[in-house]
Amino acid sequence: MSETPFTIEQFYKFIAQGKLMAGKCQKCGKIHLPPRTLCDKCYSQEFTWTEIQGKGKLLTYSIIHIAPQQFQDLAPYAVGIIQLENGLKLPGMITTLAPGQLHIGMPLTIDFGTCNTTQTWPQWPRYCFKPSKPT
Amino acid sequence: VFAGLDGKPLVSIVSAGLSKFGKNEGLYARELFAEAVKEAFDHCPRLEPKRDIKAMFVGHMGEAYEHQGHTGAATADWAGLLNIPATRTEAACASSGAALRSGVYAVLSGLADIVLVGGVEKMTHRTTAEVTEYLAMASDYPFEQWNGITFPGLYALMATVHMHQYGTTEAQMSQVAVKNHYHGTLNPKAHIQKEITLEKALTSRIVATPLKLYDCSLITDGASCLVLTKPELANRFTDQPVHIIGSGQASDTIGLYERQSLTSLQAAKIAAKTAYDMAQVTPDAIDVAEVHDCFTIAEIIAYEDLGFCQAGKGGTLAENGTTRLSGRLPVNTSGGLKAKGHPVGATGTAQAYEMYLQLTGQADKRQVKNAKTGLTHNVGGSGATATVHIYRSNQQ
Repeated sequence: MSETPFTIEQFYKFIAQGKLMAGKCQKCGKIHLPPRTLCDKCYSQEFTWTEIQGKGKLLTYSIIHIAPQQFQDLAPYAVGIIQLENGLKLPGMITTLAPGQLHIGMPLTIDFGTCNTTQTWPQWPRYCFKPSKPT
Repeated sequence: VFAGLDGKPLVSIVSAGLSKFGKNEGLYARELFAEAVKEAFDHCPRLEPKRDIKAMFVGHMGEAYEHQGHTGAATADWAGLLNIPATRTEAACASSGAALRSGVYAVLSGLADIVLVGGVEKMTHRTTAEVTEYLAMASDYPFEQWNGITFPGLYALMATVHMHQYGTTEAQMSQVAVKNHYHGTLNPKAHIQKEITLEKALTSRIVATPLKLYDCSLITDGASCLVLTKPELANRFTDQPVHIIGSGQASDTIGLYERQSLTSLQAAKIAAKTAYDMAQVTPDAIDVAEVHDCFTIAEIIAYEDLGFCQAGKGGTLAENGTTRLSGRLPVNTSGGLKAKGHPVGATGTAQAYEMYLQLTGQADKRQVKNAKTGLTHNVGGSGATATVHIYRSNQQ
């Protein structure tokens, strides 16, 4: 059991510690990534934290050329949706890769340390995805 | 499924109005809305607005554009309807689809037998970067916006999978733009009334791969409105009402990343099923449609979600001429969001305005011959809201 709230803010506090954490409903077992304060399946408010392996595959991607003001210094940059274990998914930036190398299904690993950022925004704890090293 | 409704009119449209779409410099949203209202009132001389209109719902997406919220009251006042209940509806780019649906609720409930519904957005005085940021507010903030995923970016993520899974091509997407720009030349109120070539669309600058400038709808100022009433009252106001026979609305996860499918909008499919069931019609009964082509891939996905073709065949439908004005099922005869323009809050009822013109034979150069049954499809965000309405002309 944990005393920490099962909120998006707490999710990002874990990201700052280099951990990808999801909430697991104690009643029905559903895993929520991002965590939720109310289980959408069974309406329970009892959860435990469970760490999610930061390895997954790329479901889709795009290279953003026209960016909002806060991200203009980074453009063009790659974004995608990554499928993790248990069918969980997260969107994120994909770094350290030439755009032409992106392809659906490629293995990616979450990274907490060296994500791109700009002076103006965003300054919060970040995660991003990088190509997995060949094994 | 809907006892007692089975294809009978739910409500009737007795008049409609649309401002010029485009860059309307020096006008506030409420002033644009007044332009649309003036057309609707002038067009229906038997309507006495101050006496007859009992409630109002106005779609408006963003306070950021004019630093102005509370649009229901502001537009009611500028429409000369001070003191009536006036409520703003917000569902991103489906804000006025939701206004129309709210009007249907109001009339069917019996609480208000004559209702003005509409929508408005004033956007062009802002920079592209500002509009990009404001539109992104309709997507998930802590995961999508924080990661710099723009609106074109979200539809680009869908397009990438659609191309991978079904073999849809960039040229097929560009054909949607070519068609809608052609239709735009036939609509004197369209923002852009100029044809484009396939090559121009394909070589336009990249916004978010694989989407290019000509895959994206326009940043536009505009307003639209409709006067709705109970079907049994319609003939009091006009000899040519258009009946709404099906109305569906549904929601989905705010984040695209949480969806089951990236090649289909489940909310649109649910809304369509509700509307078809209520109207007791099937997709092959539709003579003309306005669909939410915020991006060209969105029109291709709309064909599939609405049952105009099988899943994965939307690209083929876009390039084989079926959905051109001369085709079997003309789509976006107004020019769509692509050429008529996309003042986001105004779009849902602007689609209904086009359907009103088509089903009353007033669509002039872009008139679809013998159009009896029509459909509008309005999507909010990346698909977290969708509304679908089905219309029938008064002549059967």
